[in-house]
Amino acid sequence: MSGVAPASEPLRRFLQVARGAGLRVSAAEGIDAARAVQMIGFADRAILKDSLGLILAKTPEEKAAYDEAFELYFKRDDLGVSADDEPQPGSAAWAQGGEGGQGEGSGQGLGQLLEQDDRAALATAMEKAARESGVENIRFFTQKNLYARRILDKMGLRQVERDMEALRRSGTPEGLGRAQFLDGRVDQLRDSVRDFVERNLLLFAKGETEKFREELLKSARLSNLERRDLDRMRVLVRQMAKKLAARYAKTRRRRLRGQLDIRRTMRRNMGWGGIPFITVWKQKRIEKPRVMVLCDVSGSVAPMSQFLLMFLYALNEALSDIRSFAFAGSMIEVSEILEKEPVEQAITKIMETIGFGSSNFGNSFADFEDAWMKDVTNKTTIIVLGDARGNRTDPRTDIVARMSARSKRIIWLNPEYKSAWGTGDSDMYRYAPFCNLVTVCNTLRHLERAITDILDDAV
Amino acid sequence: MDDVLPPGLSPLQSIDQVDRGLSAAGYIANRQISTAIYMAHHLQKPILVEGPAGVGKTELAKSVASWMKLPLIRMQCYEGLDESKALYEWKYGKQLLYTQILKDKISSVIGDSDNLATSLDKLHAFGDIFFSKQFLEPRPLLRALEEPGGAVLLIDEIDKSDQEFEAFLLEILSDFQVTIPEIGTVGAIVPPIVLLTSNSTRDLGDALKRRCLHLHIGFPDEKLEAKIIASRVPGIDDKLLKQLVSFVQQLRTLDLKKVPSVSETIDWAKVLVLLHTTVLSVDLVRDTLNVLLKFEADIEAAGKQIAGLTHKARADAGVAA
Repeated sequence: MSGVAPASEPLRRFLQVARGAGLRVSAAEGIDAARAVQMIGFADRAILKDSLGLILAKTPEEKAAYDEAFELYFKRDDLGVSADDEPQPGSAAWAQGGEGGQGEGSGQGLGQLLEQDDRAALATAMEKAARESGVENIRFFTQKNLYARRILDKMGLRQVERDMEALRRSGTPEGLGRAQFLDGRVDQLRDSVRDFVERNLLLFAKGETEKFREELLKSARLSNLERRDLDRMRVLVRQMAKKLAARYAKTRRRRLRGQLDIRRTMRRNMGWGGIPFITVWKQKRIEKPRVMVLCDVSGSVAPMSQFLLMFLYALNEALSDIRSFAFAGSMIEVSEILEKEPVEQAITKIMETIGFGSSNFGNSFADFEDAWMKDVTNKTTIIVLGDARGNRTDPRTDIVARMSARSKRIIWLNPEYKSAWGTGDSDMYRYAPFCNLVTVCNTLRHLERAITDILDDAV
Repeated sequence: MDDVLPPGLSPLQSIDQVDRGLSAAGYIANRQISTAIYMAHHLQKPILVEGPAGVGKTELAKSVASWMKLPLIRMQCYEGLDESKALYEWKYGKQLLYTQILKDKISSVIGDSDNLATSLDKLHAFGDIFFSKQFLEPRPLLRALEEPGGAVLLIDEIDKSDQEFEAFLLEILSDFQVTIPEIGTVGAIVPPIVLLTSNSTRDLGDALKRRCLHLHIGFPDEKLEAKIIASRVPGIDDKLLKQLVSFVQQLRTLDLKKVPSVSETIDWAKVLVLLHTTVLSVDLVRDTLNVLLKFEADIEAAGKQIAGLTHKARADAGVAA
């Protein structure tokens, strides 16, 4: 049974590790954890893991992260020093060291340890040096060398290096031999320190690095994404959509001012014999948006379309109906493909069908009017995603005007920056008067903002 | 380690004891569940239990109550649940009735006072009576706090309630007290053991999660499930038990809309016992599959693989067809 004081230090470090792994541990939860540890102690790892898990991890994802962090942290603690200097192959060959070092200061200690190959003592020294150099503050992999160097310095490597230099300069065969021997040992030490720092990076900074990367990705231009980031982006889109869906999936109501709901008022005031002390007002349901989304899938806008569609289909629960159309030179409906297949595959399929040739907005809108205009009602939100560059074809703003009149609202998302609107063959400003909202949309953040607006019914 | 525990005759002396107690009440718990109950009692924190439907979240609360011989107070959450249904309501009818009766007596109360000020003063002395505990109808939350010997409070399916209600629960969850404007703050006599269950139909707020221990109950592994069935369906043949557990475990690995839960396994076990089954046969499984699977599409999807699954189940149990 550990008391509070000795228990708190390892626990404090573990909490830091847990935060590093992406768990959000509040101060109150930290206190609970301390109380739990005080109650059950560190002795039984299985119980400790279960108990801390109850307190610290609150979602399945957090549970997984917690399990990993716990294993990583307490495994290291468990095996203590012996884990840090697992015998490396070939180390037995060096097992017979010379006696006595010749330097002074801490360097002497290190030189001696290296020569005697006292692994346990070396590991302890490394742990101590690591604590002094604050390795738990490591955040990025670029800091690995910095911290490794710091730890080595704290262990007194400089002195050993100076000694080796002196030995080499002495020129005696015995001195040279010793220097060479020490050289090998120092290399080995370097490796294990680097290893140690790497483990700490994993331990303390994994969550943070991921978070940092994700933040970057959220505000990166979607057209500039590298292929290797695509998977991560998909996960991110799903996360963002899930969050929005959770918030908007329920039917929401808005109070109407000044219209009394007589039935409810009577019920509410039954206690006072029907005298209306408390009034209940009528409420209006906020309808889930019905969305028709028209996506430009010509080369320049295609990546953006992919993410918009992915986002919208992940939002399914928060929308009452969604129909999607893709266009470049002409327009087709793609709802069915998107419903049947996972978005990534569906997009490739769509691109194969229609994503070639240059975009012709006028023509595409004409297709829309012919085939689907009749389905547009005053509850429909039309989202157009495109750069409004029709290659100098007729923009057919008259059709957009009619769409605007029939629908609840038109929202135009344009991946180009505002400064480019209206330049060259861009018809953005011709379409703009008929749209309820025209906005730049070329990062995940923009996309999230635009969709939140749509769900909020704000536009 | 027992020396740091609060003294008293608490049955929650150790995690093992929780384990034994729960199994005596017919609930076979894994280590995590027992740990959670133990911690909840000693840290005085509510437990938020999440997991798929039918793995025994509600059952856990019932078993804790029956084992500790505490009353179980259950509050089912639903959309639109508010504090007048969860916490307390004034007995309006009774209040009204009393005013009617007192109407006749009013002159004797006011008595000889001849001006408004003094008669109001006299009335004031009675004023608070109408908003006192006599006219208070306690709802589940208040009842749980007022139980003199403590209670097990089960707040079922918290994810079905509104977000506002979740916020309203925070006071009771963190301090075991509630505030009634007309009376004041009511604290718990003995802090109840609180269990909240959720099927994760929506994400709960961070504030709520922070105040709770978080227990996730998943599907049990083969050994635990067999133990659960044996405890719930007494008298089941050992061989049959092995077969059906193996079958259900395999069924869970299929891609189904709704995989069978422990409660379905128990139902199925009861059905098979009723039919005096000792060996699973393909036809029998096909006929009783609707006990395990609740969607037509699932029954169809699993139907094609019944023969294979049954064979494997028999092989696992070492039974010849």
